[in-house]
Amino acid sequence: MAILQVDSLKKSFGKNEVLKGISLSLEEGQVMSIIGSSGSGKTTLLRCINFLETADSGQIFVDGDVIFDGEDKSKHKAKETREKQLKIGLVFQQFNLFPQYNVFDNVTLAVKLKAKEREDYKGNKKQILKEIDENAKKILAEMGLSDKMEAYPWQLSGGQQQRVAIARALALEPKILFFDEPTSALDPELTIEVLKVIKELRNMGRTMVVVTHEMEFARNVSDKVIFMADGIIEEEGCPTDVFDHPKSEKTKAFLAKSFE
Amino acid sequence: MFWNVTVSLLEGFMTTLELFCLTLIFAIPLGLIISFGSMSKIFPIKWISKTVVWVIRGTPLMLQLIVVFYGPELIAGWIGELGIDNALFNALAGMKGLDRFPSVLLAFVINYACYFSEIYRGGIESIPKGQYEACQVLGMTKSQTFFRVVLLQVVKRIVPPMGNEIITLVKDTSLARTIAVYEIIWNAQKFIKNGGLLWPLIYAGAFYLIFNGLLTVIFSRIEKKMDYFKA
Ligand SMILES: Nc1ncnc2c1ncn2[C@@H]1O[C@H](COP(=O)(O)OP(=O)(O)OP(=O)(O)O)[C@@H](O)[C@H]1O
Ligand SMILES: [Mg+2]
Repeated sequence: MAILQVDSLKKSFGKNEVLKGISLSLEEGQVMSIIGSSGSGKTTLLRCINFLETADSGQIFVDGDVIFDGEDKSKHKAKETREKQLKIGLVFQQFNLFPQYNVFDNVTLAVKLKAKEREDYKGNKKQILKEIDENAKKILAEMGLSDKMEAYPWQLSGGQQQRVAIARALALEPKILFFDEPTSALDPELTIEVLKVIKELRNMGRTMVVVTHEMEFARNVSDKVIFMADGIIEEEGCPTDVFDHPKSEKTKAFLAKSFE
Repeated sequence: MFWNVTVSLLEGFMTTLELFCLTLIFAIPLGLIISFGSMSKIFPIKWISKTVVWVIRGTPLMLQLIVVFYGPELIAGWIGELGIDNALFNALAGMKGLDRFPSVLLAFVINYACYFSEIYRGGIESIPKGQYEACQVLGMTKSQTFFRVVLLQVVKRIVPPMGNEIITLVKDTSLARTIAVYEIIWNAQKFIKNGGLLWPLIYAGAFYLIFNGLLTVIFSRIEKKMDYFKA
């Protein structure tokens, strides 16, 4: 069964229909890249899946559970939405780290707040917090940030900041991690270090969806590539299909421009 | 003589300090409530808050002092003239204003709460949307987002303008003498009336200067304390 399934998702801003019925699915442990020209709706799609926008219609399933159903117009409790939110993670283009916390606290803040809701929190507080700290250290080590745990965001390079943002998302153990152009705010050499981290995550079996303009990366890292144009999925398939044997004229034109 | 003047000015300065401290204690939280009001999505609340802020910021504090002090009795007088005889109207016609000091305090609290609310609002609205969105995707509640993430960034941004406003408050306390609250300037002016002495007034100025100097030091300390992060 697919870990992520999106069925005919639609979203308009006023009269501007940005998503015109998006359907896709992804298996556990796979990586999906979403490519497409500016304004094609890639960010809007990620934002709808991550509850930052509310889609107008369609359905989203994560791991078999409905996390969004356009038919269901009843008001959902904030708590319910938060529970669903935690199944997925999102890494932003602009990192959005918390400036007043050091790297370690950035990574552990939300996890610790969430742990407070556990029923056994009062009794096992020390143990729980210790586990969270250990886990954060492990993740930061994987991100190559062990020596930066005490640093504040402004003391880090963009690439390091983005790796902290990835660690922060991973600390909540999401089933799927979404990235919206994780490297487009970075210089080329910093881009490479962040892309390397994403590749490592893939090798560890993480399920990820990456919106990117890095075509080489998309080709190398993904199991599935989706090309979006004007709010629809114009073409999809494995990297060789989409990059080497594109069927649609729009895809061909887009790729020709991207590889210029 | 110098000793007499010093004692009298110190007495006045105690009143000044009392007014200053109490105004801050009440206006700082009240300002937060008003700022939430003016950012509210509920239209009537937003409208009322914005109107209050507009009126208070658009009229002199001295006038507000006079309205708070003399207003209730004035209105009671008008109601009395209507000559309607029932329990409610009699109660309203018998309405007394507050005493002098509470009147001044009330006017100051309302006035400064409005100014503070605008500073808070500016601070809160200047926090990038990405901070809220990051909190949301990390599953934090609205109150966690505000208290754990947004608040300190807001505080950092508002410390400099709050410092300016608070130093203005120190000087504004001298307006209390308009309705005969004996603060330091009132006491200094007594010496002009009674003995033609001008220097006590200048001496009083030194009190303000020293006190504001102290506040400036405190505020730059606070700013320094928050230098460890950039926001
Ligand atoms: N909050 C919003 N309100 C109104 N219109 C919006 C909003 N967000 C996005 N849009 C519009 O939706 C369309 C798609 O935007 P989106 O950001 O999803 O594109 P994108 O594929 O991510 O582009 P890019 O590659 O530039 O990031 C654009 O026309 C944009 O103007
Ligand atoms: Mg985008």
